[in-house]
Amino acid sequence: MRRPERADSDPGEVLLEARDLTKHFPVRGHSLVGGRQVLRAVEGLSLAVRAGETLGVVGESGCGKSTLGRCLVRLTDVTSGTVSFHGRDITRLSRRQLRPVRRDLQLVFQDPYASLNPRRRVGDILSEPMQIHGYGDRRAIARHVQELLEVVGLNASHVDRFPHEFSGGQRQRVGIARALAMNPKVIVADEPVSALDVSIQAQVLNLFLDLQDEFALTYVFIAHDLGVVRHVSSRIVVMYLGEVVETAVTDPLYDRPGHPYTEALLQSAPDVEDEEVAPRERILLTGDVPNPVDKPSGCPFRTRCPYAQELCAREHPPLREVAPGRHVACHFPLVTPTGDVAQHALSAGGSGSAR
Amino acid sequence: MTSDTSIAVPAGSSARRRRSSAGPWRTALVTLRRDRVAMISLGIFLLVVLACLLAPVYEHSVAHTDAFTSNISGTTIVHGKPSPVLAPSSTGLGLGVTPIGPTWDLHHYFLGADGQGRDVMARLLFGGRNSLLIGGVSALIACGVATVLGVAAGYFGGVLDAVLSRLFDVVWAFPVYLLAISLSVVLLTSGLTVGPVHIEGDSLWLPILIIAVIYVPYVARPLRGQVLSLRGREFIQAGVGNGASDLRILRKDVLPNVMPTVLVFLPLMTALNMLTESALSFLSIGVQPPNASWGTIINDGLGLLYTRPMVTVAPGLMIAVTAVTLNLLGDGVRSALDPKARLRGAA
Repeated sequence: MRRPERADSDPGEVLLEARDLTKHFPVRGHSLVGGRQVLRAVEGLSLAVRAGETLGVVGESGCGKSTLGRCLVRLTDVTSGTVSFHGRDITRLSRRQLRPVRRDLQLVFQDPYASLNPRRRVGDILSEPMQIHGYGDRRAIARHVQELLEVVGLNASHVDRFPHEFSGGQRQRVGIARALAMNPKVIVADEPVSALDVSIQAQVLNLFLDLQDEFALTYVFIAHDLGVVRHVSSRIVVMYLGEVVETAVTDPLYDRPGHPYTEALLQSAPDVEDEEVAPRERILLTGDVPNPVDKPSGCPFRTRCPYAQELCAREHPPLREVAPGRHVACHFPLVTPTGDVAQHALSAGGSGSAR
Repeated sequence: MTSDTSIAVPAGSSARRRRSSAGPWRTALVTLRRDRVAMISLGIFLLVVLACLLAPVYEHSVAHTDAFTSNISGTTIVHGKPSPVLAPSSTGLGLGVTPIGPTWDLHHYFLGADGQGRDVMARLLFGGRNSLLIGGVSALIACGVATVLGVAAGYFGGVLDAVLSRLFDVVWAFPVYLLAISLSVVLLTSGLTVGPVHIEGDSLWLPILIIAVIYVPYVARPLRGQVLSLRGREFIQAGVGNGASDLRILRKDVLPNVMPTVLVFLPLMTALNMLTESALSFLSIGVQPPNASWGTIINDGLGLLYTRPMVTVAPGLMIAVTAVTLNLLGDGVRSALDPKARLRGAA
């Protein structure tokens, strides 16, 4: 496959960046007289994606992960804040101005059954981005379509098939091939395996990893499954109610979560080998995520947090660096500046079971 | 696991050899062909259409008559003997004459004569041409306009959607016939002038346009809803994410997915519009004399209902047959294009 040299992106250079990103959706009020309410899907969120890395984004459903993904690739308009790509602000670009950016910035969707038009052949679906961006003449496009199919592990003879003739895993491969068509730099994958059978998930995840090596891709990998994210990510962002509550390099985050929410998420995921490392009592998340239309005062997580104190209701904790390379938005982070487990986490975690 | 990379269909030799697989359209066509009721309906409908198209041939070469001029003192041949077309009558209702009844002889007043001595069979065929033409063309116009407006409203949303939707609501808020009658009464007397185009009051275009306009919301509103749900689908988002223009998305992703709905509407709308046309013509505000349609012939036959019911019954029967076959065909098209409906039918 032809592919330009990627000398322009040094390792570690920030490719995709969101600053104070906010996305509100208007919600119809419950009564006629009730004023207009807004759903704060993403609120004041900042993150940076570096070239070559895989940034995992985790959180429960309804925390704004998908909205974040769509904002990052500018599929929706942003309420406030900026999204920049290669240092260039793309927040207010028109659809026409965005077109060249879209070559480099692609999205892989969650539902492989909804993301492929049932009335178009696979070859037609895959050649569309090439037609839009002027890849070449008809023959060049046809050849590249075949290459793409083979790259994602499908058969080149599948070009004339319709989506309904494929299994879920194969469809997701087609979706990945479509994202790859114009040799993008960044792929935002919105829960790309959560709709697939567990046996197929691993194959598709490995495909993502292989493609990253082959084409020097940068991923933003959105998922609610911590196991999936750990498998592919080099760095992780934990989201809660539209905000980042913790960012850290993958392994330290899994070993010593810095935010009570991260800890709860990790412990709600069944994982045998963690038993020895973390001898603390399990803190299970109770109740539902609060309504993002009516968020709690102060810290958004305080209503479900076992460590919550009076300060948490009063003041919103800022995202700050509590240990090298680790940012936590909590008044009482669970890790010390040296990266060890904080004392109150040990004790409060112990009393957590008494609740 | 290897099953992920092999194809999901049973690996029969025919499936492997086939390079190009059957698309949704071809699958639907095959299904429709297997639908016996729909195919018989289509056959009967086409027979009616063919017969009506041959109306001039029948008029000149078979019946040797003129369907549009009255024949008050003429004679015809019944059982080898000349008989008057209109017999003076003292008991008959209305005109004081009784037209000749059905002779069941294709050459001489097969279905009898109407009150002016015109061949009912010839008029039935000519009337069918107008009824089918008005029904079909107005259905095409209604579906075409509804597709453009419904898709535009659903896809672009915002102010355009608000304006178009309210417009549909306003048109749909009137009872269909009330609106059609009001429009017809106004336009028949004055004709319609739009810019350089002037349509005379007796033109067939008036009933065509009136009927098309009043049924646009009937088709446009469901289409708008369908596009609204399509717009949220991820394959449309994928198009946007690839930098596709609105035009491209509409052409490649939206239209192919709403065309089945339009195709289902088309035969149903043809039947509905034909019924509306007949009703308007029956009320003398559709097709204008001396032109005929099934509705006007029914009206012609009203005064003869007790003595020569065939004048009314024959066009009524034609309307019923055409409407039923079109509806059955529409049902067949629907179940052929919508696999879920087929499953429901099988269950």
